[in-house]
Order: sequence, then structure tokens, then C-alpha cells
Amino acid sequence: MGIEAKDFTLDVDLLAFSGIVFSPEQRASLQTSLILLKDQYKFKTIHLWGKILGITEDYFIIQGRQKDELKERQFLYSKDCINWNMLTPADDEAKELTLLCSGRFTGDPSHEFEVTKYSITNENTEEENVEENKSQLREEDRLAATLWKIEQDALIIPRGSYVLQPNGDVERNRTFEGLTVAESGKLPNYFHFREPIHLQQKSLIHRSALDKSLHFLDTIDEDIPKGWSVQYERGSGLVQIRSLKWLGMAFFHVPETNRFGSLYSGVGEENKDLPFMI
Amino acid sequence: MSTAQYQNYNGDQRQRIGTPDGGEMEKHFNDAKSYILSTTSKNGVNLYNHLVKCVSRLLTEQPRDSAVIFEDISKSTRSQEEKKEDEPNPEAEQILNEEQKPLFEKGENTDDLDEEALQSPLPHILEQAYYFEQAGIGLGRDETYQIWLALKQLVDKSQFEKLRFWGKILGTEKNYYVAEVEQNADDEVEEEEENEENNENEDGKDLDDDEEGEGDEDPLPKSTFKSPPTVPKEERGTGVNKYTYYVCNRPGAPWVRLPTITPAHVSLARQIKVYFTGDLTREIKSYPAYPGTEKHYLRAQIARISATTQVSPNGRFKFSDEEEEEEEGGRTNYEDNEDFTGAPLSELTDEELNGWVHHVLHILPQGRTKWWNPKEGEEEEEQEEEEDEDAKAENEPQPEQGPPLLTPVGADADIHHTKAWTAKISSNLIPQYACAFIRSNLWPGAYAFARGMIWENIYVGCGHKYATSDYKPELPPLPATEYNDGPEILEADDPTAEDEEKARAAAEQPEEAEEEEEQEENEDEED
Repeated sequence: MGIEAKDFTLDVDLLAFSGIVFSPEQRASLQTSLILLKDQYKFKTIHLWGKILGITEDYFIIQGRQKDELKERQFLYSKDCINWNMLTPADDEAKELTLLCSGRFTGDPSHEFEVTKYSITNENTEEENVEENKSQLREEDRLAATLWKIEQDALIIPRGSYVLQPNGDVERNRTFEGLTVAESGKLPNYFHFREPIHLQQKSLIHRSALDKSLHFLDTIDEDIPKGWSVQYERGSGLVQIRSLKWLGMAFFHVPETNRFGSLYSGVGEENKDLPFMI
Repeated sequence: MSTAQYQNYNGDQRQRIGTPDGGEMEKHFNDAKSYILSTTSKNGVNLYNHLVKCVSRLLTEQPRDSAVIFEDISKSTRSQEEKKEDEPNPEAEQILNEEQKPLFEKGENTDDLDEEALQSPLPHILEQAYYFEQAGIGLGRDETYQIWLALKQLVDKSQFEKLRFWGKILGTEKNYYVAEVEQNADDEVEEEEENEENNENEDGKDLDDDEEGEGDEDPLPKSTFKSPPTVPKEERGTGVNKYTYYVCNRPGAPWVRLPTITPAHVSLARQIKVYFTGDLTREIKSYPAYPGTEKHYLRAQIARISATTQVSPNGRFKFSDEEEEEEEGGRTNYEDNEDFTGAPLSELTDEELNGWVHHVLHILPQGRTKWWNPKEGEEEEEQEEEEDEDAKAENEPQPEQGPPLLTPVGADADIHHTKAWTAKISSNLIPQYACAFIRSNLWPGAYAFARGMIWENIYVGCGHKYATSDYKPELPPLPATEYNDGPEILEADDPTAEDEEKARAAAEQPEEAEEEEEQEENEDEED
């Protein structure tokens, strides 16, 4: 989801409770970059998405969207918040290799990771053999695939904030007034901002009772394992939701208002040990 | 009939054509209005009222693109009808305000501003937060100020020599704010954890193994299990327990002191990986079973993080010149270096990472900073040079060694071909006023900055190491053998017919007396 450019100065401070902070230099550069890039690439909305910490350098990520916010998203990255490059969406092979790739992002987009894929041939016979397939994965592709995966797993929006228009576009709901304090503490009121997966598997009877324009995405309480931590800060004035699966993904919402957003600031690796940890 | 129909038809037509437009319109209007008024949904809302509400809302709010969002207006109006007003929960916010109000009260003696009254071990957190912010680290300014006030509250209540803000650990339900404190050696009562150390079970005694008076029965096998001796913990004020830690869940909540930990806590914490929930009394369900609640685990993780990631600029501390003899296991104390004038930025951000040094002792695999010889504990003797004269050399445990104090950070082991630390400068554009900072790649969330004479460490994160490979829980140990296999308990095969024949043939040859004896013996054996 990110933080939209026009809300940037105010909202970025709200995520400091989760330890996500930008230095004044970065904020200033991001502020100008966001405006410039929006004009340059003709995005409808532009958001600061977060940063991925590498060994020598960090990547700052910006996402631009067109009219249909669910489908038409593009990423840009930069190392110094001033020079930006467009990131081509990852192909399936990159997505597969990224899951197997280990090691930190180095900070050099052309760095090649070596990923070994193991495959078992002739299973359950005498000639069972584990084959190794080594492939190369460029850091830029790994970055694109990681961002895609984070969006699939950890990007959330409050219920009612986006509507599905009759023509299929997903747009921001202008009349969204925010969740109430009680609602904002409950996980079923948040959706994954991605193509719904679990929703299709529910029975038709259940689906017919849903409000199609608002409830067209999966809720986050059906994730297995349950990897979300909801906390109130400032009494009930601010809700912070952190993902336990992707450490560093933090979402905030001010109840009873239209303000919400999320940022990722982390190493860019999934927490595969989650089932052991909760 | 047809005429009647025709008449009716004519009549209708006449009705339609014949009556004036006004009356016609009014009838249609009444029809329409009654339709609108009569339509009810399940909840008794009729269309008329709903339309009235929508239109009045549109007129009062006058949004742009009203035609486009008309459906949304309609929907939200309807949902407002259905939803009962939830009582906003004022409790949570009020409770917080009550808790935080004392933070803002002035203490008794703060009106005099002379030097002595202002002496306090409270560090200048806001200044440090400024530098951390330059590096893109930390907590927001509001929260930092609240933490500062909470620390002040802690300092005012008790007498501490030194105090610093260690960091924030994010938990699933609540977070921990951790303060590190160096206390004077005081005679406080140690916590009840000491009672839990069972020194009785060091040697494996026989369990329920009383031999009965009947000597004919075989005695039950005796257990030869000796549980490994428990490694004693380091005293408060030394080693792992050098500092005392206080935690609270929110600034304003009361500070809770964390207990001192035993080496078992530390070594087991290395084997499990569990999220913190924010509740200190929570039991940790894991394998191997953790000997403590969340508060011990938290303390152990804090100890590990401190030992690995607390660094200072090279030259800030030095070994005192008076200490000439090296103690066993290296030096454990350092002191301030008065000649230190601040390290230059180039040295702090140098590639080899030699500008920073560890100033906290490394924790050995045993769980302590100073190696404890298990043999010594068993004997409970005063002999300390036992290692040289011990006859059973092969059982002698090797002393564990770690890197000595004040080693540069560059000597840390690499993780997976990447350096364990990253040192950077905080600003690309204005280097004259930038600070240098270093962050740990092994414990994501551990940072330190330095500029001139000012430097500090902080930790903001989840409290876990960076995992290069997936977590593998320890497998349960192999089952112990129950008894020794030996000929006494093995079943002997009965002799076959041929064997018996041979034995009888062999027995027939010698004399009778011996034959009988042998036959008896054979019979006995066959039993």
C-alpha cells in the first residue's frame, strides 16, 4: 500500500512506533522525487513503498499506480532517493528462484546470486537421485520478485477503503470514514490487497451474502499460520499492525479517519520459521 | 359480453383520453408515491425515507462528482441506519492518560538549577535520537521524549550509577522498552531464582533401588546416569549479569526488573526461537524445554544481543595500565580513555571495520563469559591447577575461549560470505555534519552511531538473529540403553537332538561316577 505522496509528511511519522524512520535528508529527497516521478511516468497515484536494507546500500522503493489500483502497479527503486530506475515485473522463474535464494541483498543491482535447485528424479525407485540445478539470479530480478511476494503476503487495507467498480476497476473509496476503534483491533476487518485466493474457495451461499463492491478480497484472519500482530498506540488513537511473516512490514490506521498506510523496512527475507515462533 | 367489453374498453379509453391532464398526472403521482412509500425492505426502511436521506445528505455535504459516488452515498446511508452506535471505548485512552500523567509531573527538587541538583545519570536521549534519526534509525521524536520521561522516573526512584536506554523489542501483543542500568554493589536480596538451583542432583543417585533382603533375586540394574553438573551463574555485577535491566510495556507503566540469568538460560535461548508476546510471565513452550518464563528468555536475548552488538569507537575505552597480570580468560574490565578526542569519520566508516570495538564480553558456548571448568565444580576443591596433574586427560574438558575484550568489529565472523557489520555515513549530500553509523547484519535492529565524542548503541527489533538457514528444532535424544547385553540375560538355545547325542556319547566314555555327575550337569543345563 505504501504512503501516498500527498500524505507523506504527516503519515511517515506514524510508523515510527514500529521502528521505521527516515532521515531528514531522505525525506526531503523522497518528497521531491515522488512529485517528479508522478509527472514523469504519468501515474495516477504514487506511493512510497518502503526500503530494503542491503549490505552496502539500501534500496528505496516507490510504487506508482494507474486507475485500477489492484492490477496496474509499477515499482521504482533507487539507492539514494534521487536517481530512480523502473523495475520490470518479475517473471515466474525469478519468483521461483527467489524463494530458494538465501543471503542478503548486497546493494548492487547487477550482482548475481547462485541458487541451487534440488529435484528428485526417479522417485521411489532404485535410481532415486537428487539432482542439483544451479541457476543464476540477478539481484534486480530478485528484488522485483521479493517485492511482488511481499505484496501478496503482507499488504493490507482496511475494510471498505477500496471499492470494486462495476467496470472491474479497484479504486479508493471516497466515502470511507475509517474503522471504529473496536473494529480496527479485529483482524477480519482487514483485507489482503491482492487477487483473492481464499474467497474463491468459499461456498457460493456465503459469497452471495457479501457486499460485492466492498468485500471482494481475502481477509487476513484466514492466513495460516496467523502471522499478524495488532497493537494500539496512544491509547486507541492509532493502530499498528505488523506482519510476523515479513519482519519489517508495518501498517498503521487512525481509527475514525481516512488515514492509513503501510511501509516495509527490512532485509527483504521471509521469516520461514514463523510456525515455530508463535 | 363483447359489447360490455367494448364498452369497458371504450370506457377506459375514454378515461384516458377524456379526463384533463392535471387529474391524470395527479393520479400517476399518487400511484408513484404510494409505491415508493409502500416498498419496504426487511428492516422496515422504505424507499421514500431512504431517498429523502440521500438527497438531504447530498445537499448538505455537496461532494464533487456526486453522480459518480451516488451509490456509495446510498450504501453508507443505509449502513448508518442499520448500525447501532458503538460506544467508543474511552477506557483505553483514558487509562493511558492516567498512566502517563505522572510522567509529566515535576519532581520535588527540580526548581533549583544549580549544577549539583542537575547531576543525574540520565543520558541526553533526545540528542542521541537526533543522531540516530540522521541515520534513519530509531523511534519517533514523540515516543522518544516519552521514553526519556519514563527513564527519568526510573532514575529518580532509585540510585543508579549509570543508566542508558538499551532499546525497544517489538512483541506480538505488547512491546518492551528496555533500560540498562549499572548498579552499585548493593546488598539487595537476590531473587528467588537462586532457590531453584538444585545442587543436590549433581551425581546420579540410584532411584528407588532398595535391594530387598532376598539375595537370590538378581538386583535391578543400577542407573549409571550422572546428570551433567549445572554451570553456576555469574554473580550480579560481573560477566553476563554485569548490568541490570528494567523493562516496561509502555512509557508510564511501572518498570520491572529482569532477573539475573543462569548459563542454562543463555545456552537454551540459543536453541529456540520464539516471538515475544509482551507478557513477562508467559510460559515458553518449546523443545528443548526452556527453564524459565518469558522474562528469562527476554533477559537472555538481551544478554546475547548486548554481547554481540554493543560497540564503541576504537580508542574510547582502554585497558587500565595498572593491571599487569592477565587474569585467566582475558581482561574483563576497561576504563574510559581520557585522551580520546573523537574518531574521525573516515576511520569509523572504514571498510575493514576497525574503527569500532566490542566493549562487552563475548558469551562462551557454556553460557558464561568466563569459562567454568566442570571438573572443578565436582571436586569442590580449592585446587585450581588441577588441569595439569589430572590423570584422566582424555575426559578433560577443553577450556572455551572467546575473543578478548576490545577487539575490533572487523574480526567478527562472516555470515554466509557477507560481513557481520555495515558501516556507513549518514548523509551523502552534506558530509561535514554527518555522523557515522554501523549496523549489525547478524542481529538486524542493532545499531550504533558516533560523531566526535558522542556515540551510542541502540536496538530496535524483534529480538532474533538473522537466520541464514531455516530453524531446525533439536531432535529428541536417542533413547538410552536399558541394560547391558550379556550372556546372563540372553536366551540360550536349547541343545538340538544331535547335540544331546554327542554329549551322551562323550559322557559314556569316562567312568560311571563322572558320568552321573556329567549327566546331572547336562540335565541342569537343559533346564
